Amino acid sequence: MAISNDSTPLFAAGASSTLRLIGYLALAIVLMVADHRGAYLERVRWTLSIAIEPLYRLAALPARLAHEGRLALADREKLTEQNAELSRQLMLAQARLNRLATVSEQNQRLKELLDVQHSLGIGVQLAKIIDVDTDPFRHRVMLNVGSNQGVNVGQAVIDAHGIMGQVVEVLPNTATVMLITDPAHALPVTVERTGLRTIARGGGALDTLELPNVPVSAEVRVGDRLLSSGLGGHFPAGFPVGSIRAISNDVTGMFAAATATPSAALDRSGDVLLLHELPDPIGPPEAAPVTGPPAPAALPAAPVKGGKP
Amino acid sequence: MNRARANALLFWGSLAMCYLLQLMPLPQALLPFKPYWLALMLVYWALETPERIGLGLAFVLGLAGDAISGELLGEQALRLCILCFILLRFRSRLRFFPMWQQSLAVFALLLNDRIVLLMIRACAGEPTPPAAFWLEPVSAMLAWPWLFLLLDDLRARLRVHES
Repeated sequence: MAISNDSTPLFAAGASSTLRLIGYLALAIVLMVADHRGAYLERVRWTLSIAIEPLYRLAALPARLAHEGRLALADREKLTEQNAELSRQLMLAQARLNRLATVSEQNQRLKELLDVQHSLGIGVQLAKIIDVDTDPFRHRVMLNVGSNQGVNVGQAVIDAHGIMGQVVEVLPNTATVMLITDPAHALPVTVERTGLRTIARGGGALDTLELPNVPVSAEVRVGDRLLSSGLGGHFPAGFPVGSIRAISNDVTGMFAAATATPSAALDRSGDVLLLHELPDPIGPPEAAPVTGPPAPAALPAAPVKGGKP
Repeated sequence: MNRARANALLFWGSLAMCYLLQLMPLPQALLPFKPYWLALMLVYWALETPERIGLGLAFVLGLAGDAISGELLGEQALRLCILCFILLRFRSRLRFFPMWQQSLAVFALLLNDRIVLLMIRACAGEPTPPAAFWLEPVSAMLAWPWLFLLLDDLRARLRVHES
């Protein structure tokens, strides 16, 4: 009979096997708790990166080849059309840039007059998205640059239309970016029209941001643009984040809950920009430098302050 | 000797393929339907050559999966251990099921896997995943017969080639 020479016995060996299961489960749970507290996985991944990074590139290879094949076979007419469209856009952008140059010069002069310290000077680095998917329910993308190219955790990632996300993990030659639509992500925004400050959280779908705590009294309309507010210092201020799509009341009725569509093209892979200098955190101002009477004049006053009273 | 080597190559090659398939990009709409390939492959090998599969191997494969996907270390190890344990327990019965019943069993196994995953994520304090989270066992069930036939065919060819 086929069953009789089966290697797994039907009834025996139950206890030892269960014991082993419990052992492995306990080990896995210990590992998970340790990793959750101490983030050991990053160090493991760092040491294994020699094996892991080529795997990512290998997994992305078919999609890349398909993309390049389509590009190579694209017909001439379409390319010409695209070229015309792009040069039109470039001309518009150039015109706008020229105007901006004068504005920025003017701004610079005014700032010097006002003696403002921080600047909007921003360094960027071009990066390409490696098209792999580690978990469809987490909104992460992989970039083809890593710590060898000077990428750090916390850098903001933008594309031509707006903020995409921030770097959460860096390997020697790749970096993982958490998109702004990840349910675990939140970023401070302002409504452009009214200046209202609020928080935009990831909605779990690639085209949804949630604004859960908008005061009922605040005036927010469908179509309002959201800009990053720069609070917290993770993202630079003034970059487009999204636009309001719908507004409703939340369950408690205390707040209005709005949903927004992200401006960045999160579902399309391609080139992105990594912002290099993290903006100055806007927080409590630094202690003002000691001003007052010059030192020699202050010296005699000090003992008095010291408190003879 | 050579045949054993070819079989080992097929075994490890199929498992390595799973990691690649898991990373492979899909169109956005199809992403929730991506089956958990590693689990499916483990089911196949546990049914066909149980002497190769044990809880230890499932654990190590899971750890490798964790290192690749960059999730919590030990998450997939735990899931695969539970899957492997249930499989080896009921192997003698599952093995002689007709194909459609096997598919249903795979559905049940992976549904259980999803529940375990949900529990782990809930313990880690993550928000509840969307409804599409539950689609994965369905696609695994649909993918199972094809995977089974493909691998059976490959193994039969190896045998014929040698004899």
